[in-house]
Amino acid sequence: MKVKLESAHRGSMLIASLSGELDDHEADTVRTILDREMEKSGAKRLVLDLADLTFMDSSGLGVILGRYRKLKAQGGQMAIANVSPTVSKLFEISGIRKIMTVYRKREDAVHALKEEAL
Amino acid sequence: MKRPNEMSITFTALSENEAFARVAVAAFVSQLNPTMEELTEIKTVVSEAVTNAIIHGYPDLIGDVFLHCKILGDRMELVVEDHGVGIDDLETVRQPLFTSRPELERSGMGFTIMESFVDEFEVTSEVGMGTRLRLVKRMAAQQVAAGNEV
Repeated sequence: MKVKLESAHRGSMLIASLSGELDDHEADTVRTILDREMEKSGAKRLVLDLADLTFMDSSGLGVILGRYRKLKAQGGQMAIANVSPTVSKLFEISGIRKIMTVYRKREDAVHALKEEAL
Repeated sequence: MKRPNEMSITFTALSENEAFARVAVAAFVSQLNPTMEELTEIKTVVSEAVTNAIIHGYPDLIGDVFLHCKILGDRMELVVEDHGVGIDDLETVRQPLFTSRPELERSGMGFTIMESFVDEFEVTSEVGMGTRLRLVKRMAAQQVAAGNEV
């Protein structure tokens, strides 16, 4: 499991690209990296790019929901891009789609969060 | 009578074995010619069942997880069992978003996901004895192939 991080819009946005398999075994690592980087950068907007994520289960949903709740409490925002059909189904079942917009392309997610912040 | 093709694995209830369990079942059921989507759904279901056994079945000790998989025509049957603490209220546990371990930031969606991805889902549990999940999934592609047989 790898987490590649990029900063955008003068550090106000963090873009995290996840690759590999996000299950219960990897959830803690991803959670720790994301929380640490968000705190370090002071970014209040987070884009999760799941293009290279080869597997995810409900442990991954827990990580995503946890980050969403944390950001929301701080007045921040979060968006997701590039989900596979099965992950899309997981989002549907869990209701994540009702609280977060899922974008086809990462640029769209970045753009949407930038617009919302204006 | 033809003997069904089946396989069993017993492994230590450690989270690093979750990926192993997913891959082992996926490899075994590949003989049913599942679609990529079906295969991912099977891996998800295995992951949920095994993670439950590891986290909830054995919260204070590292026991064993028993996995049994059987090919039944165009369906696969999966049984995942632990000999851990058991569940005292099955109804509550099956509710979406319910989690007994909120400190672990679990989504509480494991049972709901499993039920959504399979055709049959059964949980039996006894406090102090353990929990057994039985799931059956039919492969749609296989169904088409069987339908074409004369």
